[in-house]
Order: sequence, then structure tokens, then C-alpha cells
Amino acid sequence: MKLEKEKAKHLAELARLEVSEEEAAEFSHQLSEVLDYAGKVREAPVEGVEPTIHLLPLTNVFRDDEVKPFLTREEALVNAPRREEGFFRVPRILEEN
Amino acid sequence: MNYETVIGLEVHVELKTEAKVFCGCAARFGSEPNTHVCPGCLGMPGALPVLNKKAVELCIKAGLALQCRIAPFSRFDRKQYFYPDLPQAYQITQDDLPLCTGGKLKIVNPGGEERIIRINRIHLEEEAGRTYHSGIGATGYSLLDFNRSGLALIEIVTEPDLRSPAEARIFLEKLQEILRYVEVSDCKMEEGSFRCDANISVHPAGSQEFGRRMELKNLNSFKAIQAALAYEENRLGSLLAAGTPPVQEESRGWDETRGMTFFMRPKEKASDYRYFPDPDLPPLVIAEEWVEKIREDLPELPEEKKNRYMKEYGLSAQDADLLGGSRETAEFFEATLRLYPGEAKTVANWVMGEFARLLNLEKLTPAQSKLKPEALAAMLQMIDAGEISGKIAKTVFEEMFYSGKSPREIVEEKGLVQISDESQLAALVRGILAKHPGPVADYRAGKTKALGFLVGQVMKETKGKANPGLVNKLLREELEK
Amino acid sequence: MELSTLSLKEIGDALRKKTVSAREITGVFLERINRFNPELNAFVTVAEEEALAAADEADHRLARGERVTPLTGIPVAVADTICTKGLKTTCASRMLANFIPPYDATVVSRLKEAGAVIIAKTNSDEFGAGTTTGYSAFGPVRNPWDKNREPGGDGGAAAVAAGLAPLAVSFDTGGSLRRAAAFCGVAGLKPAYGSVSRYGLAALAPSLEQIGPLARRVDDLALLYQVLAGPDPLDATSLPADGPGRGGEELTGPAASGKGLRIGLPREYFTGDKLQAAVKERVLAAAGIITGEGGEQVDLTLPSTEYALAAHILLAAAEASSSLARYDGVRYGYRSPEAADIDLLYKKTRTEGFGSEAKRRILLGTLVLSAGSYNDYYLNAQKIRTLVIREFAEAFTKCHLILTPVTREVPGRAGEERSPLRQYQDECYTVGANLAGLSGLSVPCGLVDGLPVGVQLLAPAGREALLFQAARTLEAAVGEFSPPILRG
Ligand SMILES: [Zn+2]
Repeated sequence: MKLEKEKAKHLAELARLEVSEEEAAEFSHQLSEVLDYAGKVREAPVEGVEPTIHLLPLTNVFRDDEVKPFLTREEALVNAPRREEGFFRVPRILEEN
Repeated sequence: MNYETVIGLEVHVELKTEAKVFCGCAARFGSEPNTHVCPGCLGMPGALPVLNKKAVELCIKAGLALQCRIAPFSRFDRKQYFYPDLPQAYQITQDDLPLCTGGKLKIVNPGGEERIIRINRIHLEEEAGRTYHSGIGATGYSLLDFNRSGLALIEIVTEPDLRSPAEARIFLEKLQEILRYVEVSDCKMEEGSFRCDANISVHPAGSQEFGRRMELKNLNSFKAIQAALAYEENRLGSLLAAGTPPVQEESRGWDETRGMTFFMRPKEKASDYRYFPDPDLPPLVIAEEWVEKIREDLPELPEEKKNRYMKEYGLSAQDADLLGGSRETAEFFEATLRLYPGEAKTVANWVMGEFARLLNLEKLTPAQSKLKPEALAAMLQMIDAGEISGKIAKTVFEEMFYSGKSPREIVEEKGLVQISDESQLAALVRGILAKHPGPVADYRAGKTKALGFLVGQVMKETKGKANPGLVNKLLREELEK
Repeated sequence: MELSTLSLKEIGDALRKKTVSAREITGVFLERINRFNPELNAFVTVAEEEALAAADEADHRLARGERVTPLTGIPVAVADTICTKGLKTTCASRMLANFIPPYDATVVSRLKEAGAVIIAKTNSDEFGAGTTTGYSAFGPVRNPWDKNREPGGDGGAAAVAAGLAPLAVSFDTGGSLRRAAAFCGVAGLKPAYGSVSRYGLAALAPSLEQIGPLARRVDDLALLYQVLAGPDPLDATSLPADGPGRGGEELTGPAASGKGLRIGLPREYFTGDKLQAAVKERVLAAAGIITGEGGEQVDLTLPSTEYALAAHILLAAAEASSSLARYDGVRYGYRSPEAADIDLLYKKTRTEGFGSEAKRRILLGTLVLSAGSYNDYYLNAQKIRTLVIREFAEAFTKCHLILTPVTREVPGRAGEERSPLRQYQDECYTVGANLAGLSGLSVPCGLVDGLPVGVQLLAPAGREALLFQAARTLEAAVGEFSPPILRG
């Protein structure tokens, strides 16, 4: 399957990546090659086969409803690129959501 | 031309768990920012979710209370989008295999008509963090608190069965009442633990096809919900009347101060969330026995209670509804009734009257108040025994409410025992008659209404302690001599 | 006494007899690291201070005879994708170049509990996405056998082979750990899915990956595996205490014979024309060793092998696109300095923070999970996974273990330009174990052109004892060999 350059750009947009024209062209070329190969999954004899959504036969793995304090505020914030009064700070959010 | 309105709701409810849904952080409202966080709910590399069992049980409980089918097999999916309050850039939620499907809730609409509102599904998911916006324009920025991130949340989705903004509000109030009742959530709208998005469309009456759907977001009070829906119902109706029906589905916000909805974005632009099953979480197998165990823990629901109150105690629908509507009130009512052998209606009147008034005044719930069912039962028995009058009882009740003392203690301390001594009262009555010749003459001239005035005077003289039946009798005897 | 080549048992004996202290041992390895790491680049961070403190603590334990385990006082290199509390954990990415985790991965806690000394954090491809370490933000690792050759997708094997650490802990999403073991001439195990906790491993493809041990000797590999493995309440996909492979069998011991051992050779793993003849020869010779020792050879067919790699490529990318989404510059890690609003912050941060392979997988994975391709790609790949699992399960009724090559060729030239697809195809023999959740052990089986070749042994969860037994049999027959750097 050919992955068009425009499609590569659209995927980058969805994944919050910027790609230049050259990068888009390169990704589109490389991923087209990958998809040409990996596209064979569509021809595999899988009729009536259930997908393996979970590898292990485990079910109902729970934790109890118990509070276990973990981090102090300082530990939570120590890696923050920018903080303010106990909060993580980010630049303005343009109305989208 | 007539128009018909179609409304469906998506309600988010925070569950009443101690810890968050996938980590051990405290699920607490109102703490200092970023003090209940861990690598999991901060989306740090390497952290893994492990599901809180209580959250699953509460979701199932909500499902049972709303008569849903509980899925025998369920699992979690990742819903992927970028937003700074979503630490992993995906929300763990349930896409195609939710825990509960196909429920219903009965309401009575403003026209007095019973309506069944179908529930499409209830699923379990995690809450996002909180964003606080600061500054304006280009200098604006946002602050993030992840204490809320990872709280256990359920989303309840209705079918488009609601037909008016008022119905929507009644439905939500009823839903809130039930979820509080079964202790799934405290449903505090002002704290955001009960939130609602609404979908509304309007079409010409009789048309088989629904109109274009508008999604109203961020509606954070019952009043706002009803007002926003009413505004939107009007707006859509006018568009149809003008022959310019909306061209696209939209997401719209609600401007409380201007009382208007406003355009946010077209719905087609809704993201492709790229759902897929979360590989970190094994699926759920919900055994029948587990569901039954949860069902056994379920209290009698308001609807069932109401019917029982009407049948067993002969209460009116309105009274039964009021008493059964809050779990604590119902428990208080029933506990009192177990101790008091008299009329259920008497107990109901006190609970719905004085008690409700004082609770409301002091912003307390029945369980928080100092007054216990034992005290009320004892007081009612004192009234029946003629030890105190109904009027005195009001004073006693208020005193019990604030001090938590027993009625007998209060009556003795304050000397409130009813005066039933006939000779004592007879002397008093004679005194009153001597003091008020006018009304006495009136009565004797056939204006029997004057009796009321004279009874009042005796009561006033005795500060309400006189036995009113006895006073009546003595007065009549004296007047008719 | 040349400490850097001793077995764990030998070092342990010396420690318990007090002929050497844990501090001295750590010192010896730190010295080798200072000498050789600049050219090998096997490590992102050397934890000199922390390691010496841990060694002192181990000496205390040894002196008091308290809580002494086979790993007490033994230096271990840990992959930099595994979180270490207070110690920088970069995932070989610019994105996390300064990230200091506030918590330990479960395997790190277990190592510390056993008294091991975490000496350094190993280099790899960024977040483990790659097959040559060429995608590390901190430069590629060199193969200790030949610095102009690539070392496989992980620096732990190079570190162990070069005697910079006696043991290493890495992870394997599609074969990087096993290929690195093969290319560097050491033993490496990708444990059965669920046997080792993933808690604290920066995820790339959570349904495929496992943390595993690397060592120069099979017995040492087994000892380290036993410390790493075990149930973990923090990982919901960890096998419970009474699950398969939790029997606590003896995994070390004398070179066992191959007697009674049925070894399956899947046809599909030996027929491709890309399999280098000399490599194939060595691998078949390894099978011969086991039959020569009384084992039995069984011919197998695993028809879905044809689709397995394609399925793996798509699933690994899909999961990676989701796992890597959290790196957004909001709460930790790299943040682009020039971002006026949140959307720009995301884009600039992720564009500047990620390298090319991470981006490629994110794009591919985003496509795979998009509404229009989910059924075609994601679901079909998961259905193929079901076939792969079934075929392996069926095969394991006919044989105890499966024996295959690890790589098609000896290590390639470092820095060689190859298309992404070619690189993905490097993992054609190893992805089966990841898809089916099997144990996959790579053990050296000889040299070709002076470069090591590995053989892969596969087993289902619960058959670890046999797996190690077979590996020891091969090890005994092939004999030890060391790269020039270790010979002095
Ligand atoms: Zn948490």
C-alpha cells in the first residue's frame, strides 16, 4: 500500500509531530515500503479466527480500595519543565476541547 | 407549525472510592494541588494501571440500580487524544464492551405523565486532571493539578428519550437521587462529581426524522442544563421556522451570564480517538454470583420504597415520594416508626415538617443531626399520653434537635408538662371569662367563634401548657351555665 | 585473580571467604568501565557513587552474614529504559535526557533487595525502537568483538561481553536483547510474558515486551533470572504466584545431557535465502550437539511464520504510538523552549525530542489504529497472533523446546544505511516469542569470521528448567570464548 505524502502529514498532525516536506516525503516512501510488506496481514487465512486481545489467560486482576500515598508534591514536581505554586505550568490552551 | 424536541444525556459521575481507579492515590476533593499523585496518575514512564475492585462494584451497583444488564465479559480500551490534563495522552475507558448496558429510569414529567427513559450504557473510566486558566490573550497560561487525575468515573449514556428541557432536569434530579441513595457517588454538581453533556435536536411535529444534533457541553448546574436546553430548543425551533435549519452538527457551550449557547466547533471535526484494547489490563469476567452479591447489598430503591410506603402506611404519593427520596430521611422515618406504635402519618408529618425545616435551616443531613429516632418516638408517645401538647411538642422538638437531649429531660428542665389538673384549669378559665366580658357575650349571642379566642387566652396565660381538650370542655361548661 | 571473567559462583565464594570485598569488585568494574566505555559507549550513565555505596552496604550484609544471596555485592548494568529512583533514566532519548524517576522499577527493587550493585544504565535504541542502537540519542554502542560492527539493539550484551559488568538487565520487544546476546557472544533470555514484572519499564509495546537477563554464563543467567522473575501486584499482566513457570525449579546445575530432550526445528526458520549459510551451519551444529548428547530432533512446521513478522511490525508500531504519546513536555522531560501555546508546545517538544525511528513508529502506529485501518491492520495482526500462538502450542506437544537461529547473519557493519523495513526484518526469527509470549533464550554456538553466532531456544512458560538445561548442554560443548577486549 502506498502511503501518500499528504497522509503522512496528516498522521504527523494527529500524533503532534511536525514534519517538513522532505521528511514527509521520506516517511511516506519508507512507510509505503513497510506497508507493502506488512499489508500481507490482510491476505492471511484468518477467517473465523479470534484476535488475541489478551496474551495471558488472566482475568479480574484487582487492587483493593486502599489509599497508598506515593509521592510528595516536591517529588511530583521535581521533573516539571515549568512549575508555579505547586502546579505544573503550561502555555495557554487555545480552545479546542 | 409545531416542533418536537429530542434530548439525550451523557452524565459523568465520580465514584465514591477511597483510592483512585488505577492507582493507590487518595480520591479526595479540595486538597493542595498535586498532593495525591503518583507515577501512574502523572503518566510517568513505566507506571502501570491496576484496577480498583471497588470501582467495578460501584459501576455494577449503578447498573443494577438503573436496571441494566451487567456484561458477563468486559474490558478496557485506550481513548487517545492530547490534552494537558490527560497525563498519558490516552484515557483508559471502555469502548465496545462496557460493564452495563440497556437500563431504564422512570420519571414523572411536568404534565404528570410517567415516562420511561432508557439507559444505553454505563461504563467505567478514569477522570482527567484539572486545568486552571490564568491571564488573558497572548500572556495567558494554564496551571495543572493532577489530584483529580485517575479518579474512578462512570459515564451514563441515555437513549434520546427525553422530550423537553424540563424532563431532562427531572431525569437528572432523579438520577442523582438514586446514585446517592445506593451510595455510588455523592453527586455534587458544584464539586464536579456529577456532570452532564446534553444532545438536543428539534424537528417538525410528526416527522419521522430527527433534526440535526447539537451537543451542549460544560453544563454545571441543573438550572444551567434546563436553561441551556430551553435556549437551544428555541433557537433550533426559530431556525426551522425561518426555513434555515442548521447545516451541521455542532458542539456548543453555555454562557451563563448572557444566558446563551455559543458555537464551539463542528461535530464532524470530532477526533478519531484511535481506540484499542489496553494491553496493560486483563479483561473482566463478571460472574452471576458476584452480581447477585452486589444486588443483595443494594438498598430498597426510592421507587420501591415509595410504593411500599403508600401500601403499608397509607401515605399519599407525595408524602411517600418525599420520605423515600433521600436514603437518610427514609432510614430516620423507618427507625422512628419501629419505636413508635402509633400512626405512620404522624411520624411522616414530623419528619417532613419540623425536622426537614430545621435540617434545611442548619444545612445538615438527618444522620448529621443530634436528633435521634428514639427521641422523636418518645416525644410522640408523650403527646399521645397527654403529657405534652402538640404546641409544646414543637418547642421540645426544636430543643431536642439542637441539644440532643431526650424529650423527658427537656420537659422536666423547662417545666413544660401539660396542665391537666381540672380544678387548676377551672380557676384559670373563670378568671379569663371575667376579664373578657365582650367575647363571652358574643358567644352567648350565638357567635361560637368567640370560643377560639377564649381558648387562645387560656393557652397564652399557661404558656401553652394547658391541655387544650380540657380547656375547651371547661370553657364550654362555664359559658353554658 | 581476573575478577572480570569470573562466574557469579566464583565471585560469590570469594566474597563469602572475604578474599575480596564487594567494594573491590565494584571498583574493578568501574575501572574497566572508565577504560573501555568511552570507545564502546555501552552506558548512558555510570552510577559510580551509588554503586560504591551499594557495594559498601553489600559488604555490611556479608560481614553480618545477613540476607546474602548469589547476587549480593555483584555489579549489574540496567537498561536505561528501566526506572531507577534518583538515578537518571533517559530511555536513550533526548526527550528524557534529564529525567530522574521518583521510583524504582520492580526489577530494580528486586535487585536491590538481593544486594546487587547497580553500576550503570545501558544504552540502547531510543525507547528500544531499533535493532542496532543506531537510534540512541547518545550515539551507537560498539560491538566489543569488532568496533566496526553493530552490537544488536541493546548495550547490555556489549557491556557483559566486554567485562564492564558481570550481569545486565535489558528488555526485548521483538528480539533486541536476544540479537544483542547473539552478536556479542553472551547468553540472554527474553522470559515468557508475565514472568517478570514490567512495572517501571518505559513501555514501547506492552503486549510484546519483557525484561530479561544477560550474562556470560548460562548458570549466571539463570541466577539473575530467578531474582528478576516473580509475581508483582503492580503489574496486572504478571503471572500469579501459582501460575506456570512459578514452580521454583532448580535452574542451575552441572552441564546436563540432552537425554530425552526433544528439540523441534521449524522448517520455516531454516529455509529463507537470507539466512547466511555459515550461520545456518553453526545453528544446525548446535542442534547436533543436543542429539549427540542423547536428545532427539523433531521436524516442525509453523506455517504462520510467513505473517508473523508483518503482524509484529504493525502491533509494535500501534502500541508504540500509544506508549510514546505521554511524552508531551507537560509534566517532565524535554520541553521545547519556543512554544507560545499548548499545541505548539506539543508539536515542538515531540518533534525536537524524538528521533527518526520513534517518529516512524508513531506515524505507522497512528495509521494502524486509525478508524479506517484498524480492522485491516490491527485486528488482522491480532488474528495472526492467534494462529502463531496455536501453532507454537501444537508444536510444543511434539517437542520440549524449539531451536532456531537468532539472526540471519553475523553482525553487520556499524552505521550501514538500511531501509526501515530491512531493519524490521532483522527480527524475523525472534518476534515469534514476543507474539506468543514464549521464553526465548539466546546462547552462543560458535564463531563465523571471528564474530559470534547465537542459537535460539524457545519454550512455553513453565518449561524454564529444560530451557536452561539445553542451554548449558550447548555451552559445555561449545566452550567459552571471549572478545579480544576481555582477553586483555
Ligand atoms: Zn496515583
